[in-house]
Amino acid sequence: MSTHAQSDPYAQGAETSSGKIFTVTGQDWDTVVGGAEEGDERIIVNMGPQHPSTHGVLRLILELDGETVTEARAGIGYLHTGIEKNMEFRSWTQGVTFCTRMDYLSPFYNEAAYVLGVERLLDIEDDVPEKAQVMRVLLMELNRISSHLVAIATGGMEIGALTVMTVGFRERELVLDLFELITGLRMNHAFIRPGGVSQDLPPGALDEIRDFIVLMKKRLPEYAALCNENPIFKARLEGVGHLDLAGCLALGLTGPVLRSTGYAWDLRKTQPYCGYEDYDFEVATWDTADSYGRFRIRLEEMWQSLKIVEQCADRLAGLEGAPVMVGDKKIAWPSQLAIGADGMGNSLDHIRHIMGESMEALIHHFKLVTEGFRVPAGQAYVAVESPRGELAAHVVSDGGTRPFRAHFRDPSFTNLQATSVMAEGGMVADVIVAIASLDPVMGGVDR
Amino acid sequence: MSPKEPGEFDEVTPGTDDDATGLMPENTLPVEPGALEPEVIDVRTGMFGVHGSGDTSGYAGIVRPVVMPSGTPKPYGGWFDEVADAFESALATDGFTSVIEKVVVHRGEITFFVRRADLLQAVQTLRDDPALRFEFCSGVSGVHYPGDEGRELHAVYHLLSMTHNRRIRLEVTCPDGDPHVPSVVAVYPTADWHERETYDFFGIIFDGHPALTRIQMPDDWPGHPQRKDYPLGGIPVEYKGATIPPPDTRRSYS
Repeated sequence: MSTHAQSDPYAQGAETSSGKIFTVTGQDWDTVVGGAEEGDERIIVNMGPQHPSTHGVLRLILELDGETVTEARAGIGYLHTGIEKNMEFRSWTQGVTFCTRMDYLSPFYNEAAYVLGVERLLDIEDDVPEKAQVMRVLLMELNRISSHLVAIATGGMEIGALTVMTVGFRERELVLDLFELITGLRMNHAFIRPGGVSQDLPPGALDEIRDFIVLMKKRLPEYAALCNENPIFKARLEGVGHLDLAGCLALGLTGPVLRSTGYAWDLRKTQPYCGYEDYDFEVATWDTADSYGRFRIRLEEMWQSLKIVEQCADRLAGLEGAPVMVGDKKIAWPSQLAIGADGMGNSLDHIRHIMGESMEALIHHFKLVTEGFRVPAGQAYVAVESPRGELAAHVVSDGGTRPFRAHFRDPSFTNLQATSVMAEGGMVADVIVAIASLDPVMGGVDR
Repeated sequence: MSPKEPGEFDEVTPGTDDDATGLMPENTLPVEPGALEPEVIDVRTGMFGVHGSGDTSGYAGIVRPVVMPSGTPKPYGGWFDEVADAFESALATDGFTSVIEKVVVHRGEITFFVRRADLLQAVQTLRDDPALRFEFCSGVSGVHYPGDEGRELHAVYHLLSMTHNRRIRLEVTCPDGDPHVPSVVAVYPTADWHERETYDFFGIIFDGHPALTRIQMPDDWPGHPQRKDYPLGGIPVEYKGATIPPPDTRRSYS
């Protein structure tokens, strides 16, 4: 604890025009409170950018009058990695490897939005095989479950409900195991590719998915039993972070926040992609427009996702051996890799073909892998319903083998703008709950 | 069929809805010929993207223009015509003409190129007119076309009408030398951070924005990183003795 900037080695020269600076490092609240009582009650708190309750590296600048927040500002950019810029220097297929890392809790949605944009520019939207579309839906819905689990888990942890956190991450692990089985990776999969998906379903995957569904049907009610009517949980969430429909539209909020106002806007229903019109599911809504409503929507959406996963598994059972990549060999990745016993991908048949049998196949492989395919000039904007709302890719091509520009409209980025309206006028403790109900992922916010 | 006597014709007042001239396609306002020209954003020579070295390929004489989809003449098809007509007539009612520079329909998406000075009026009309009702702005994205002389910077707006379940794209251009575009924050508050991001990465100055500051890059960062004249940077990577150059200096094929 220090009362002056000069004694803080990390904040030298932090001159302020008025008031005292307190650097809080823990175990020293008495001095802070004592110091604050000397003057007026108005203090400005810099929360973050590293703080356990800010979902990553988010910086909140809160002006407090006692315990009431009079002004709240969010500072972002601490996780900016220049993914959009980097994508301009890689081929269209390699772009998937970059964009999957943006919103790291929902990698398949990043991939899907980008890939659907590329496919629209290539004009092959109708040529993508059915099995690839079903696998995309399967992975996206599993991803929605894992993402919502983290949202509920971290949201619970931030208000002190640690059990919600431990059970949430326990179930998320099951989903990640499925991802590892199907794609080879737990995160950053780069699995959805322009023209389809990179690999077929491995043997035994359908059984694992079915086991998962059975287990989740037992486990999901635990969350409802633990939280739904829990008086402490409700007291912390009800009426907090209120934002009505007009506010949502003005500030561009989508996803569970928009649906918590009672408006059933879900792109899977209103503007279906990847064949979502063929699945039977409901759009979850709530009418309280508060954090509790958003929690209940996420809970219900996990059930609906499970229902879609079940339908996907049934459809995939009938699609064994069907292609998962578009037939056009000028676009499709030349080899179908298989995961070996060591977990590494390889395709011995393909290597024998290009190295021993066909010079043309080798040239074709080389051209497609190093140079990539060309995408006709133009621009496309494709939006998907990510767990956080409308995630969209604006893809511009100049006719070359690399994206001319790829921009992502990330829902976390847009939703975080509501921090001020949700937090101002409330208690400082409710700021955390309000932000948790937006479920921002800073990797997506900053890109 | 015998010719009609003058008295047998229905009485019409010129300039009203009954006036048949409005129904004939050849009598609609002529499209400016420039609006249908394809947009050439660059001209490339040679075979690959490497420049500055001597021609060893023999392909140095190849000249290729890079062309974006050209303007589309009416009819656009589907609900595009409804939106375009409603948009035009609503603007005309408010006394704004030639706001729309050109319309591009490509891959099932419609793009309205809007004159920069009238952007605010255009979005106001799109949001408030009952036939349009684009109440949701998905955001602003910048694109830098260094070869598109006089229109180097494009600000691209994606609007969504939840009422009618339609999406359109608005595009505004400004030259590098005068990178000013009116801010739409007054109409779509959600554009606040999006405009800050576009300013941060492209240097487009949104006039009338409440606080146009950098949002992703540090406040004192020099330059605007996503412009095409800004290098990607990076460091050469050594792997088993060989050096792999940074991505922006590698051979490219475009």
